[in-house]
Amino acid sequence: MKIRRSIKDTRGESALFRRRALAGFVLILLGLCLLVSRYMQLQVTRYDEFVTRSTNNSVKPRVIPPARGLIYDRNGVLLADNVPAFRLEVVPDKITDMPALLTELGKVVPLGQDDLDAFKKQLRQSRRFDSVPLKMRLTEDEIDRFAVNRWRFPGVDVVPYLTRRYPLGGLFAHVVGYVSRIDADDLERLDPVRYKGTSHVGRTGIERSYEDVLHGTPGYELVEVNADGRTQRVLQTHPPIPGRNLYLSIDARVQKAAEAAFDGRPGAAVAIDPRNGQVLAMVSVPTFDPNLFVNGISQADYSGLTNDPAKPLVNRAMKGVYPPGSTVKPFLALGGLEYGVRRPGDTVLSTGEFCLPGHGGGNSTGRGGCYRDDTRGGDGTVNMVRAIEKSTNTYFYRLALDLGIDRLSAWMSRFSFGGKTGIDLLGESEGVLPSREWKAKHSKFGWFPGETVIAGIGQGYWAVTPLQLGHAVATLAGHGVPYQPRLVMASKAVAEAQPQPLPNPPTGPSLISKDSDWSVINEGMRAVITSGTGKGLNDGFPYLIAGKSGTAERFSRTSDAYNTNKNTAYLATRHRAWFEAYTPADDPQIAAAVVLEAGAWGAQDAGPIVRKIFDAWVVFAKGGPPPVDVPLPKPATPPGNEAAPDQAVPAEDVPADASSSDGTTP
Amino acid sequence: MIETIHARFSRFLRRTLTRPRIDLPLAIGLFALAAVGLITLYSAGDDNMALVGGQAGRFVLGGVLLLLISRIPPSTLRSWTPWLYAGSTALLVVVAVLGEGRGANRWLNLGVMRFQPSELLKLTMPMMVAWYLHPRQLPPSWKDMAVVGLLIAIPAGLIAKQPDLGTALLVTGAGAFALFLSGMAWWRIGLLIGAVGGMIPVGWHFLHQYQRDRVLTLLNPESDPLGNGWHIIQSQIAVGSGGVFGKGWQHSTQSRLDFLPEHTTDFIFAVFSEEFGLIGVIGIMLLYAFIIGRCLWIAMEARDTYSRLLAGAIGMSFFVYVFVNGGMVAGMLPVVGVPMPMISYGGTSAVSLLVGFGVLMSIHANRKMHE
Repeated sequence: MKIRRSIKDTRGESALFRRRALAGFVLILLGLCLLVSRYMQLQVTRYDEFVTRSTNNSVKPRVIPPARGLIYDRNGVLLADNVPAFRLEVVPDKITDMPALLTELGKVVPLGQDDLDAFKKQLRQSRRFDSVPLKMRLTEDEIDRFAVNRWRFPGVDVVPYLTRRYPLGGLFAHVVGYVSRIDADDLERLDPVRYKGTSHVGRTGIERSYEDVLHGTPGYELVEVNADGRTQRVLQTHPPIPGRNLYLSIDARVQKAAEAAFDGRPGAAVAIDPRNGQVLAMVSVPTFDPNLFVNGISQADYSGLTNDPAKPLVNRAMKGVYPPGSTVKPFLALGGLEYGVRRPGDTVLSTGEFCLPGHGGGNSTGRGGCYRDDTRGGDGTVNMVRAIEKSTNTYFYRLALDLGIDRLSAWMSRFSFGGKTGIDLLGESEGVLPSREWKAKHSKFGWFPGETVIAGIGQGYWAVTPLQLGHAVATLAGHGVPYQPRLVMASKAVAEAQPQPLPNPPTGPSLISKDSDWSVINEGMRAVITSGTGKGLNDGFPYLIAGKSGTAERFSRTSDAYNTNKNTAYLATRHRAWFEAYTPADDPQIAAAVVLEAGAWGAQDAGPIVRKIFDAWVVFAKGGPPPVDVPLPKPATPPGNEAAPDQAVPAEDVPADASSSDGTTP
Repeated sequence: MIETIHARFSRFLRRTLTRPRIDLPLAIGLFALAAVGLITLYSAGDDNMALVGGQAGRFVLGGVLLLLISRIPPSTLRSWTPWLYAGSTALLVVVAVLGEGRGANRWLNLGVMRFQPSELLKLTMPMMVAWYLHPRQLPPSWKDMAVVGLLIAIPAGLIAKQPDLGTALLVTGAGAFALFLSGMAWWRIGLLIGAVGGMIPVGWHFLHQYQRDRVLTLLNPESDPLGNGWHIIQSQIAVGSGGVFGKGWQHSTQSRLDFLPEHTTDFIFAVFSEEFGLIGVIGIMLLYAFIIGRCLWIAMEARDTYSRLLAGAIGMSFFVYVFVNGGMVAGMLPVVGVPMPMISYGGTSAVSLLVGFGVLMSIHANRKMHE
């Protein structure tokens, strides 16, 4: 930068400035004159008009907030309801001594510390003229007592409002979510006109993702007021337009059966109709009571929920990520067929150990280049159907190598592994699909062939959500036609006679080019139920079930995780139990994926949960007789070590953690 | 070491209080304005003394800062300028990053208090432009104008994105006035205004829907009885019904009966106009004109380019406040969050305005001596 100080003409510059300042001042005077002329126009020319309007000015608009849309299950069972209630409101501008008022008021209507804290917080955030709610859900007794003493408290009023109630409590806490009080951040984000008079906004779940549909449009009435500002009469009413009612595709009874099947053990289940992507059940255990959040949760309740090691606030179904283990094998097999790498009859000899070419046997750790089979001594010669049935690791190690990591991850990503399924909820996790790109982003090392091998059995970097697996197995069951999972199947305005279905067309053509390929995989997954790990799961059930179990290692034996104390709660058990299935196998209508966080073995622990979901579906959706009680596969000895626990590379298990909780602030 | 600092500081304080280096006419003007502000506030706030007390407290704080800053010589201010500018712009970036998406991204929470970094730019922006132009040949070349344009555009863009169009406007104005005063050729100014005018349809595209609505509401206030249309109608009724002589102090029915929203903050001038009428409006406009004129006088007397440009820009941007707020209250301009200087209640604006006048006082104290 050249500075031309040497030729700077100080005197000339000063004169130039003087001229400029004068010109600027003249312009400013002109601007002020323009302003004054406008005031003259209002105050002189149009004086009579405005004076008349001022004296007759006794009409004020008053907003009428819209009623929030209700939420039903597929049969019209109410999941989110509006109930009338009363709250105490204070207009800060009219109060001269707030602490004194609160003390006096507390003698009439008991005010809890939580009420006061929330009030003080909101008081700081709101404008002086806006009324601030002090206590929600007043009892009849409180209303009466305040009514008698009302004259003592100008600026305080009892106001009727509609509050949200979730009649089924925790059953739909993760799906429907909850509403909570609008806070300062919301005020900045929300359209001030549309939300005038509204106190609550959808915070999580359907309540949040369908906020726009559920909210509605406020109306207003023109009211005549007297000199004290009290309403005399209503002159005109423009009624609000209530929010649309939503109908979920979930059957509350199937949902209930699914939740009950967990018996309180942490885990998650997702069931989807493969024919249209409709979610039939979505459960995350443990759960919580969403009603606690509606009118401001108490500090004690909130810290109880957040400090609970089982993390009830986290929706495991779409935010919990787990290594999928053997559940990916059917998809991998299908990929082998689709890419022409395998024919159904191609066989592999399973000897109990698989070594990368160029590595000798003897060393049984992954870093040595050898990987274990489930069954000691191997499964012998297996073709594709038998490899799925027996969950033969060697077959899939080799298949993964022959596909190569690039084709493997390209194929798997078509089932939404490593990406979003596109469900109509916000905040789903993407999990991890092993690929060169992923590793390049997260590690300084390149891709090792050994990582391809273990990717073939759902270990290594793999991480999936129950929703992803449920979506994948539904896509598979539906002969490869991909649908985005949908929870809301229809919506209805109050004025409409019938609910309007929300269309959910397939997102593309079928992923499977030859239906004979599909039949091979179907046969393999049938064999799992007839003679494999899931033996017995079909007993007493009216339709054919096809499925696959998975048991994933949560920690590598070589990692330090076993020795640390910080994870005690998680160390109690070492496996994640998975089961994925669909039925009827000849015409799939429901597909499900279940994960049990502390399950020992996929088929034996997660399998019965899938079966109970199917049982409920048979009764409530198909109208069939209740199936015979589930005969549990005998736990006896673990059916083969599915997950090859000797693997060296840690199963990248990311326990559902608090950071992924969906904005549950009190 | 500590003792020396302490001693120097107390000497500084003592001198500040015993021998204030202020320009008396400007101080009187500001004092009168503050008095009018408090009187209006008392009435607009329904005789709420606490409100008036709080505002008076802000004036006192601002006054103390004014006295302290008046002791700092302009040359020192100039040497600090790039750091102050960079620091305040960096804070804007911090706010933009931390406030991510949620919309509450104008505030920085300091634990004790929250403040808007954009408020700082109202002062550091003209300082920076003056600093840049100070050593250069004036009128500025195309290249210098481009650099100044960039210096203005970066923080102004960040503020507009918050979105806080009112403050962005004030900050841009402050920078642009410095450029104007530096002697930028008239035909170039015309060209620039023409170009900005041509950009308006494009800019319309980038506005938030609610901002567009505000402009459209101005054309047809009846269309939006619950939002800004109501503000505009009620504010005009208040102003118009005041007539030539006004309804008298404490007799503004519009605000007393709660028809006028925000009647102590952005719309307080409607209360003033209703109570004191056209006479009052003209009177206060004269007072504003006097203060701005005095600022420009101080600027002309200033010793160097930096001081001249800075003083002039601060004075002229005072006009932007008055014009934008006065126009909004009279239904002439869309509703933008710009306060009426020294009269609107609250915010940090009263304090930051007085800090700006502190700089002016310092420039005045170090004016060139007449030969």
